[in-house]
Amino acid sequence: MSPRTAGFTSRLVALPKPVKIVGWIALALLAYALPLLEPPLISTPGVDFGGVLFTVTMYGLVALGLNIVVGYAGLLDLGYVGFYAIGAYTVAILTSFHANWPLLLALPVGMLATLAGGVLLGAPTLRVRGDYLAIVTLGFGEIIRYVAINSEWLGTQKGISNIARPPSLELFEIPHLNWDTGVPLLDFNDTTTFVEFGVLDQIPYYWMGLTVVIVVLIADKLIKDSRVGRAWEATREDEDAAELMGVPTFRYKLLAFATGAFVGGLAGGLYASRQNFINPQSFLLMFSILFLAAVVIGGQGNRWGVLVGAVLVAYLPQRFREFDDFRVLVFGLALVALAILRPEGLFPPRRTVRAKQLEQELDGLEDGHDETDGQEAVRA
Amino acid sequence: MPEHDKVLEVENLTLKFGGLTALDDVSFHINEGEILGLIGPNGAGKTTCFNAITGVYKPTSGTIRFKGESLAGKKRFQITQAGIARTFQNIRLFPTMTALENVLVGTDAQHSTGIFSALFRLPKHRREEAEGHDRAMELLRFMGIQRHADELAANLSYGDQRRLEIARAMATNPKLICLDEPAAGFNPEEKRVLMDLIRKVRDQGYTVLLIEHDMRLVMGVTDRIVVLEFGKLIAEGSPAEIRDNPAVIAAYLGVEEEDAS
Repeated sequence: MSPRTAGFTSRLVALPKPVKIVGWIALALLAYALPLLEPPLISTPGVDFGGVLFTVTMYGLVALGLNIVVGYAGLLDLGYVGFYAIGAYTVAILTSFHANWPLLLALPVGMLATLAGGVLLGAPTLRVRGDYLAIVTLGFGEIIRYVAINSEWLGTQKGISNIARPPSLELFEIPHLNWDTGVPLLDFNDTTTFVEFGVLDQIPYYWMGLTVVIVVLIADKLIKDSRVGRAWEATREDEDAAELMGVPTFRYKLLAFATGAFVGGLAGGLYASRQNFINPQSFLLMFSILFLAAVVIGGQGNRWGVLVGAVLVAYLPQRFREFDDFRVLVFGLALVALAILRPEGLFPPRRTVRAKQLEQELDGLEDGHDETDGQEAVRA
Repeated sequence: MPEHDKVLEVENLTLKFGGLTALDDVSFHINEGEILGLIGPNGAGKTTCFNAITGVYKPTSGTIRFKGESLAGKKRFQITQAGIARTFQNIRLFPTMTALENVLVGTDAQHSTGIFSALFRLPKHRREEAEGHDRAMELLRFMGIQRHADELAANLSYGDQRRLEIARAMATNPKLICLDEPAAGFNPEEKRVLMDLIRKVRDQGYTVLLIEHDMRLVMGVTDRIVVLEFGKLIAEGSPAEIRDNPAVIAAYLGVEEEDAS
């Protein structure tokens, strides 16, 4: 927490509201336009940039969901990929393998199935704490995968293909920028159709993913800044004290688990739709660990932090693909370096900044308040 | 005395941990609107008694009735919601939350906003947030720590953390508030101020159960006193009666007086 960045943040916070709104919209537009701009250095050589960005949004979504469980409620979940798999498989079964539902109908069902999965896993296991919970959830993630491998009904190792895509709405074409000559030029030979969910162009999937991330981000903020968010935080900080202050901690832990699962299921469903094909190999333990890495690297408990973590975990290995297998090594080294240098994550929740800003408001309020309070003299 | 005036009745409460009897057949009651002192030497079972009342420990035998209703089988949060709040001997705030948020968690005990009300900012959420915020600020002001409302609880001074614990307990809107050595570690002047404050808490309509070590303070602030020694109730009465009780003097005051002087 360097004073320079703290000052920058508080200056950002102090901006007038209209300026902030314009700033947010500009940032969102930039994010939407990113794959069209194809900025040099940032875009990924050799891999489809739109596809990479879609993967980034899925990691972001998963990180936001897992952050509710790990960051807010303090429950270490090592089997989050299990929820991702339930969402993906539900969508796959309903749109291709056993039925012919449209995606927009199958997706909510997939999310509800994942929610149910979260409750079923949480109800018996949330009575154990800490390391034990980590082990149980780890087992859960693997069990889901083995069920998929061994059950004909879920396509075994062969997996499920022809999963439905989102409905297309071909309105108009948007040209990309071309940087080949050193200056950005509109390239009308390279266009993206708004919005066609096809095989070749991945950019519309990214737009869909980004939209979902923004919606979940807003929902996350609304829930966190409420009685529910406080109950989660109190439970994480001191479960017994929370319980004795009237917080039904078990119920809130289950709620965190279910909410996190819900978001994970959503991500899994979208992933299945984009991939068009899933098999048990898509849901390895490795992904649970990567998801958790995104949350921990970013700074658990901070929604922007975990998004940054997700971007790093999903994007960097794709950007530096030319290093081949070394990228995993580098990734591991980066994690170790991070653990030593910033054990709280890159962006731990910055409660104190907000606290200071509110303090000034309060001082203002207190000036208007007359000093008949007996306690005032005592403190002085 | 009519039955309904007893806020809390402890009857034949026994609590055993393996072979150790922490509380042995203890019976007492607390009248509405009084400050009852619970005293005794270290290890007498005072905090154990608190823990039994607030549902942390399950009594081996005996009953605890709150407003005439048995607390048996109630979960800890249900007991709090029913109207018994407590502070902790070792401060147990939520360190990463601000002072205000700590108190808000307390006010939330009487609220019912769920995830949907919060997500869609329904009127219930808005009303309860506003109510809770006003009540929390009022309590922080009452405890004299409103200046620190938006500081993290962990950053508060030791004394302010103790005051914050009381504010948080009061925020749950209890009938009975149990204070476990609220003045531990305070200097005499701070203790005096705190005892005045505890009297004010009572004047606001709360009933207070107070564990305190400092005999002079207990004598000054309480209406009645219950004395425990080795898990047994050895005396019960007004401060004056307790002061003259030979058993209490033998068990407690003699030793304590020497220490104090």
